[in-house]
Amino acid sequence: MDIDALAGCLASPACLVTQTTSGLIIGMLLFLVAVGLTLIFGVLKVVNFSHGAFYMFGAYFAMTAYQLTDSFTLAMLCGAAGTAILGLIFERVFMSRVYGADVLMQLLVCYAFVLIFDDVVRMVWGPEFKSMGMPSAFQVPPLFIAGGVVPPYYLLLIGVALAAAMVLGLGLARTRIGKVIRAAAHNPGMVSALGINTGLLYGGVFALGGMLAGLAGALAAPVRSLTPGMGFSVLIESFIVTVIGGMGSILGALIGALLIGLIRSFGSLGFPLFTEGLMYLFMVIVLVSRPTGLFGKEVA
Amino acid sequence: MKRTRQPGISRRATLALMGAGAVTIAAPWVARAQAKTIKIGMPTILSGRVAQLGTSSRNAVLLEVEKVNAAGGLAGRQIEMVIRDSKGQPQEAARIARELVNTDGCEMLFDGEASSGSFAVHEVARDLGVLCIHTCSEASSLTADPKQHIPNAFRCVRQGIHDSIVGGSYAAAIAKTKGLKKWATCSPDYAYGRDTTGEFSLYLKRFAPDVEIISESWPKLFQPDYTEVVTKILQAKPQALYTCLWGGDLTSYIDQANIYALFTQMEVFAVNMADYTALTVVKNLPKGIHSGNRYIKTFPKTPENAAWGDAYRAKYNEYPTNWSWQNATAVMLLTEAVKKANSTDGKKVAEALRGLTIKCPFGADGTVTMRGEDNTLVGYAIGWGTTIPQEPYVPEVKAGDWKTIFELEAEWKKSKGYT
Repeated sequence: MDIDALAGCLASPACLVTQTTSGLIIGMLLFLVAVGLTLIFGVLKVVNFSHGAFYMFGAYFAMTAYQLTDSFTLAMLCGAAGTAILGLIFERVFMSRVYGADVLMQLLVCYAFVLIFDDVVRMVWGPEFKSMGMPSAFQVPPLFIAGGVVPPYYLLLIGVALAAAMVLGLGLARTRIGKVIRAAAHNPGMVSALGINTGLLYGGVFALGGMLAGLAGALAAPVRSLTPGMGFSVLIESFIVTVIGGMGSILGALIGALLIGLIRSFGSLGFPLFTEGLMYLFMVIVLVSRPTGLFGKEVA
Repeated sequence: MKRTRQPGISRRATLALMGAGAVTIAAPWVARAQAKTIKIGMPTILSGRVAQLGTSSRNAVLLEVEKVNAAGGLAGRQIEMVIRDSKGQPQEAARIARELVNTDGCEMLFDGEASSGSFAVHEVARDLGVLCIHTCSEASSLTADPKQHIPNAFRCVRQGIHDSIVGGSYAAAIAKTKGLKKWATCSPDYAYGRDTTGEFSLYLKRFAPDVEIISESWPKLFQPDYTEVVTKILQAKPQALYTCLWGGDLTSYIDQANIYALFTQMEVFAVNMADYTALTVVKNLPKGIHSGNRYIKTFPKTPENAAWGDAYRAKYNEYPTNWSWQNATAVMLLTEAVKKANSTDGKKVAEALRGLTIKCPFGADGTVTMRGEDNTLVGYAIGWGTTIPQEPYVPEVKAGDWKTIFELEAEWKKSKGYT
């Protein structure tokens, strides 16, 4: 434990800026993965254990597109669009068959696909780790804000993730399709009876969730190494985020992810040997005081 | 007209008899041929995150075995490698090792496991008494600890303690000339990371007593994001950073530290940087990272080493790894030992291996020795240098001094109660 370092950091604006942005970056990427997870759970009532694979595919798609076209924008689009299509196919062909089955069956199918997707990546891209490399536009010295260090790429990353959060939040709250999705989460039978194609809706939600995870993977690709199985560790943290924020709540995912990010960045200063533990401890506290998570609703 | 059967033996019966005769005559020949090949079993890691290293071990062994077989084999017997995937799981490695000997009839073992699995295979070798050469485990205690010692097991691998002594003295020399007193460390949180970092710090402080470690970070093994670790180190403002992160973890770390311009703010010592697996993957490799030599075809700077690296690349379309040279050396040592013993009997070969010095492209002076007292490899090329982003990646490597290594190693063994 190193409380002095933590207190020293909280007193210094430079350190505060650096650690807060570092927490935001970790949190924002986590949010993009977790929000898909929570959205799919909210509407489809399925815990998508294979969600990490979409993060992985997003990163690999982006890397390949970047190598082929040398365009960062195209790489991001490919990462997001590729995983959206993959999500749609995965849901229609496989997941839609186990909606009625018990949770164990759904878990087994998802876990099988974790292994299958990892092997697919291994066959297509090879077992060794890869690196996409930072686009030259972002190979610039970091910015200094109030003495704190902020890399420009991370500003972009936070911006894109925030934009995604806002579009998603507003889209669900204000648009017709958003209303339909919320209604389907509440009472799918009634939505279907009103003549709405729930199959298409489910596929769409799954594709949206996959796309957000893919976008996170694509955004992470320039700074994280790409390996088969890279989705798994992200998935575990995303689960913690959704549990803290409340399963099914988008605002919960955002707050949960940011909290985890900040716990990591400040925890590593104050509790260098217990940063991981701190995350779980926080989860336990939330679960004990609010079993449904910070923004979760009581299930009737 | 009705055909009548000629008296005597029919053509069909003749053919059948001839066939049977051929089989009878040939059978002993087949049996002889089987006894003529010698099977060597090898558990190694061919799937999972470390698969690349296991594959490079297999490649190097096969490259060398091909040469030995072309030159007539081991005492006239052709080598047949039986290589199985342990998936990096110790219990699986032990099971495979036992099966290779008991079921597949392997007469010797190459243990291509990382430290975790090698201790398990070591116990199998102890139990079965079969000749076993460890080719990948760098954990010092495997051979330094007398409790581990068995006469039939050898380690043909670089060793953690050797690396720490050379790394510590190299870093201390630079710390003195550049006045680097405040150091930070950042290493993966498991046995290898903790031990190696501890030993490196020990020797760094021994050679440069006024060095102070002001910050330690222990990220998880295979952690995807190091941002909080990077910014924590920036906050501590050290003058130098030591890390023994490796593989994909190291390349992630470099990519993430790069955008914080960490490499311009401190000297970085990354012992596992100078391995082609990491060097060729990092897209924006910063100039001037200090690293130990893992495998690099330009150190030792000899035509033999360069030729070996190129031959490997020509065959497998990628550069060899640290595990590759160690496995190749194991085949070279075994071949010479069999020649010396003029037998493939495990006990006789083990006797011949003890203290054996051979010519080798990876030797510091062109030779390596299987030290007799603790059955471990010494005299291999070991050194540190700084990286550049393109080939030859580490243009100048400062070689470690084996005399100093031996002295300090003896002292270290004493302090551990090993001697």
